[in-house]
Amino acid sequence: MIATVVLASLSEGARLLRDNFWDYTVTGATIGAIYSLVALGYTLVYGVLRLINFAHSEIFMIGTFGALYATQWLGFDPGDPKKTGIALIGVLLFCLVIAMAVSGASAVVLERIAYRPLRRRGSTRLAALISAIGASFAISEAFALWRGRNFEQFPRLFDKTHTVFTLFGYDVRADQVLIILSALFMMVALDQFVRRTRLGRGVRAVAQNSETAQLMGVNIDRVIVLTFLLGGLMAGGAALLDMVFLEQTRYNIGFILGVKAFTAAVLGGIGNLRGALLGGFVLGLVENYGSALFGTQWKDVISFTLLVAVLMFRPTGLLGESLGKARA
Amino acid sequence: MLLELDDVHVHYGKIEAVKGVSVTVDEGEVVTLIGANGAGKTTTLKAVSGVRNVTGGRILFEGADITKVAPHRRVEMGICQAPEGRGIFPGMTVLENLEMGCYTRKDRKTGIKARDLERVYGLFPRLAERRTQSGGTLSGGEQQMLAIGRALMARPKVLLLDEPSMGLAPKLIAQIFQIITEISRQGTTILLVEQNAQQALRRADRAYILESGRVVKSAAAGDLLNDDTVRQAYLGGLGH
Ligand SMILES: Nc1ncnc2c1ncn2[C@@H]1O[C@H](COP(=O)(O)OP(=O)(O)OP(=O)(O)O)[C@@H](O)[C@H]1O
Ligand SMILES: [Mg+2]
Repeated sequence: MIATVVLASLSEGARLLRDNFWDYTVTGATIGAIYSLVALGYTLVYGVLRLINFAHSEIFMIGTFGALYATQWLGFDPGDPKKTGIALIGVLLFCLVIAMAVSGASAVVLERIAYRPLRRRGSTRLAALISAIGASFAISEAFALWRGRNFEQFPRLFDKTHTVFTLFGYDVRADQVLIILSALFMMVALDQFVRRTRLGRGVRAVAQNSETAQLMGVNIDRVIVLTFLLGGLMAGGAALLDMVFLEQTRYNIGFILGVKAFTAAVLGGIGNLRGALLGGFVLGLVENYGSALFGTQWKDVISFTLLVAVLMFRPTGLLGESLGKARA
Repeated sequence: MLLELDDVHVHYGKIEAVKGVSVTVDEGEVVTLIGANGAGKTTTLKAVSGVRNVTGGRILFEGADITKVAPHRRVEMGICQAPEGRGIFPGMTVLENLEMGCYTRKDRKTGIKARDLERVYGLFPRLAERRTQSGGTLSGGEQQMLAIGRALMARPKVLLLDEPSMGLAPKLIAQIFQIITEISRQGTTILLVEQNAQQALRRADRAYILESGRVVKSAAAGDLLNDDTVRQAYLGGLGH
């Protein structure tokens, strides 16, 4: 009896997914792009310090408030008339710069306060992890006290119903195109930075063998700050894109998204930049297809089941650990 | 004096691994530090490079006290190390590993880098053949060549070598020591840590013998080679 009900709802879900496949794909890729950007922060810090920076979700949250403030400075109110053309690009860039700056700076301050003192004293990794969790709660509760616990509305910056192009009969919206393209652009820029520049090479060296990196003259403190900064910048970018997409924020908005992004990082292979990119998109898609099949209420269950499955069957993730490869 | 360790102490937690070591290295010399497992040789070199803090004593380089100077600054000043276990960056190619050697050099963009690369490839032709191969896939001997070559890319005033012969076949050991002599002949000062006392004493000008964190003997390398107690303790199985 129950089985037939489950089967019936599954086959209904399957029909839903088949009929709206591209809809689910584009939406999944959009949210996946945001996961990827945030996942990069987890993966960078893990690669260099072997530390899960649990407070990274709060760096993202701070970025959303940065973006919100930026719109308020510009005099936007929720429900204000939308901008177009050059003005819109200007507004978006301004918000992006503010969100990235706020998140980047917070990440650097976080490292200074929550991690560096422990590192100086040669504390254990467990101590750093607990410090990370503590910092995460502290930041989020501080925002709850300051901003209250209710959602705040992010103004609609442009007409989202505008269709940019049609993909197999599905109208791809402007915000989706914007989010996916900007996220990809930021990720390529980061990847190139780490691969091509001297500082980027320093980051890779520390990730692969931190003591030898020091013996070659890499300033390890500077690399660590840079790593937090890069992760923060990506999280800030993600924060603006998330606001454009979902249009509301509050003190704990980073929590679920942070765990999802962490899942994405593990899925792709934590420590691996391209893995974070892949993991984010895969997770976004799987989650969205899954919510079609089983119902949206199962969305988070699907993500975390995926996390457990990855940890059980392929702990090094899809692409393995490569920023690191440091186990040698 | 180029490098001077003055009564250096190093602790790991409560355990004292180096208990007041004094060593001097003059410009142009090859000085070797020999001793059994756990004598504190690696720890001493780590203190010189600054990756381990000293808990007592001073380290002087070109007359300046560098005891509190950060490790990366010491590389800039001219101290570079090929560490124990080689410390190759496994995810970088041979060329990228070598380029890490001149990470701190201001002149790395100029043609000088190319000339230094030529020099390293001249000493180790194997590295030239494998320049695009990733460091993690090299053989042990090749990794050792890479570690030495990479340190040379920093154009160090003093080159620190930690057991370059470790885990290598006899033929390769001879080759590595030949190259060490060649590097010295080209004008680089060398502080060499070894367990292969036979080879080290033959190549070095002066030697220090380390036992459980203390210098128990120091003399011209040739004298130690003929010293009976040294022969017994360190050259026994390796001698003629
Ligand atoms: N990270 C560490 N933590 C605690 N003790 C250490 C650590 N590294 C070295 N030691 C201890 O310090 C002492 C000196 O070690 P060190 O590595 O300097 O010896 P070594 O002369 O280089 O030996 P080997 O020839 O085996 O390389 C040893 O007793 C060792 O157990
Ligand atoms: Mg040693």
